[in-house]
Amino acid sequence: MNNDIQMKRLAGWGNTAASNAKVVSFAGVDSLSVTLNGVNPRGAIARGLGRSYGAPAQNAGGTVILMEDDGEASLVLDSAKCTVTADARVSLDRIMRELIPRGWFVPVTPGTRQVTVGGAIASDIHGKNHHVDGSFGAHVQRMSLMTSEGVVRELSPTSTPREFWATVGGMGLTGVILDATFSMLPIETSLMKVETSRAANLDELMQTMSNDDEYRYSVAWIDLLARGTRMGRGVLTRGDHAKVADLGGREAQSPLDFEPKSLITAPPIFPSGLLNRFTVAAFNEAWFRKAPSRTHIGNETITTFFHPLDGVQKWNRLYGRAGFVQYQFVLPFEAADTMRAIIGKLSNAKYASFLAVLKYFGRGDAGHLSFPMPGWTLALDVPVGGRSMPATFGEIDMMVLDAGGRHYLAKDSHISAESVRRGYPRLAEWQAIRDEMDPRGIWHSDLSRRLKLTTK
Amino acid sequence: MDNGLGIPQTIALFGATSEIGQAIVREIIETGVSNVILAARNPENAGEFANEISALYPGVKVDKVAFDAANFASHAEVVADVARRHGDIDLAVVAFGLLGTEPSTGASVNEIVEVAQVNFTGTVTLLKALSDQMRAQRHGRIVYLSSVAGERVRLSNPVYGSSKAGADGYAQGLADAVANDGVKILIVRPGFVASKMTAHLKPAPFATTPGAVASATAKALRRERVIVWVPGLLRWVFVIFRHLPLAVWRKVSAKG
Repeated sequence: MNNDIQMKRLAGWGNTAASNAKVVSFAGVDSLSVTLNGVNPRGAIARGLGRSYGAPAQNAGGTVILMEDDGEASLVLDSAKCTVTADARVSLDRIMRELIPRGWFVPVTPGTRQVTVGGAIASDIHGKNHHVDGSFGAHVQRMSLMTSEGVVRELSPTSTPREFWATVGGMGLTGVILDATFSMLPIETSLMKVETSRAANLDELMQTMSNDDEYRYSVAWIDLLARGTRMGRGVLTRGDHAKVADLGGREAQSPLDFEPKSLITAPPIFPSGLLNRFTVAAFNEAWFRKAPSRTHIGNETITTFFHPLDGVQKWNRLYGRAGFVQYQFVLPFEAADTMRAIIGKLSNAKYASFLAVLKYFGRGDAGHLSFPMPGWTLALDVPVGGRSMPATFGEIDMMVLDAGGRHYLAKDSHISAESVRRGYPRLAEWQAIRDEMDPRGIWHSDLSRRLKLTTK
Repeated sequence: MDNGLGIPQTIALFGATSEIGQAIVREIIETGVSNVILAARNPENAGEFANEISALYPGVKVDKVAFDAANFASHAEVVADVARRHGDIDLAVVAFGLLGTEPSTGASVNEIVEVAQVNFTGTVTLLKALSDQMRAQRHGRIVYLSSVAGERVRLSNPVYGSSKAGADGYAQGLADAVANDGVKILIVRPGFVASKMTAHLKPAPFATTPGAVASATAKALRRERVIVWVPGLLRWVFVIFRHLPLAVWRKVSAKG
């Protein structure tokens, strides 16, 4: 019974499909190797800040290694080489707080700063600059990884390309990432120069976004509840880091100030039906109206531009106990018609999805399970509920796969083992490398079991 | 593991020829289910239901498995074998049972023993095997098809009623014992269900159908209930029945 004391119920950010596991906080390489030596047949998986929406960082009945930064984890800038070497537990939030004031920005940031370096690599995260800069893994120069045998291995794209790229996007299933060195972007200011414009419908939006290469960052928010001629209407924001010359008097005096604050923490009191199609439709309407009807250029903070939701801690509680799912897929450029059909289907299903995000991706990297590939990607949140949801998502899954697209594993809630195989044709190749790297077959997560990613 | 939409990946039906069991699986199955295991004494008898599932959900793998409720020693191995071949068992429906030819005055000892063993001992050993598997998984749900017959045993079917009463009691205790291990047990207590098992009997008051039991079960699963009565009113009817004076109860229970 003693073991039960350390059992903990864990879920992803969507707060669905929680499961119980033995949770062990990382306390150095030696104790980790002891822990790994004693895991039960359900195996082990590393967990960072738990921002993956689904189940990649939980492991029912097994061990979860909590990679938490107590603030002491190592973070070293090499400004001559434009790189940072960081403990895998360090969050992008900490990197930005410490290094933006010194004139450095992370190569890639997702919609939240609350991800660890280890998680960023394991999910091969992408951001609004994917069409120009690629995903996080493309900027990683080396990393160290603890294998299931308790050995620390040094991986790099040049010396160990197979193992390196099996780990980038590998969902933690090759080992525990311990630290990494990656390139940083020099910036003059902590502000973003942003161009905001409205698009009346999807065609206009996609048309405008297709010539985005002159902007480092580009993304569109679309209103999935708008129907008919307004279907796919949205607000496009594109921009780059502002130069000192772009700033006004007072801002220019301390151009690199960065003090993001969490304004409030959402209390755990929200009922599950709060975000419904009526409240969300009202919100979407207001958001659309708030955007200037004519193209507008202005300066925004990094938080406003990249991480608007970080202002509310635990915002996932707004969805109530039932939780929510994220759904993100990518389609090749030539499948724009499929994107139209899917958005039409979602809009007809009247899911209460706010802040659905459309973006186009540039080239993918060499990660076997890395998500981005050239094409259009759509990401949306939907509160769980409604008996038609599994069937509707099932149909959309097939439309995505039939058009040559795939789903993002860090956000997946429901796709099938067959769907992963269709979307990721290099899965078998990855499994062979993974099995070599994990001869004991200990790395498992609820995601890997559901999608049969691991064969051992 | 259930997916993020709450859909189990692997469903196992024990007593795969049971009309109510089939109705429950029919009600629960949904896009996202990958495997359905149909366990029956003679798996070929579940062939028609297997074909029905395959026609509705071509992506679902249906596996027919031999399972003898009276072969208690085999239960742990049957469950382990399913888990080895299909991975975690997310939802198990335990629906087998024998009605027998009561009243007990007419039943042979052999038959009484068979009904008692299948309904009680067989249920206990299977629930034990399933809950052991699910405790190791640290997740899983079991639906046990009990009966109101166990609430206050009637003179017309005392062997059936008492075997259900015993198994229902075990399921309750087990549900409490495994609750902290992520395993959930739902006990379904239908009244008289019009099905092939009861075709020869006169329907009792509050009679229900396999479809109604199935939809009440699905709803109770969504709400994470431990016990569900079908129809719901029976819960209150039996509050009264349990407390009826013996003379009155004998008259009531002799009817229907």
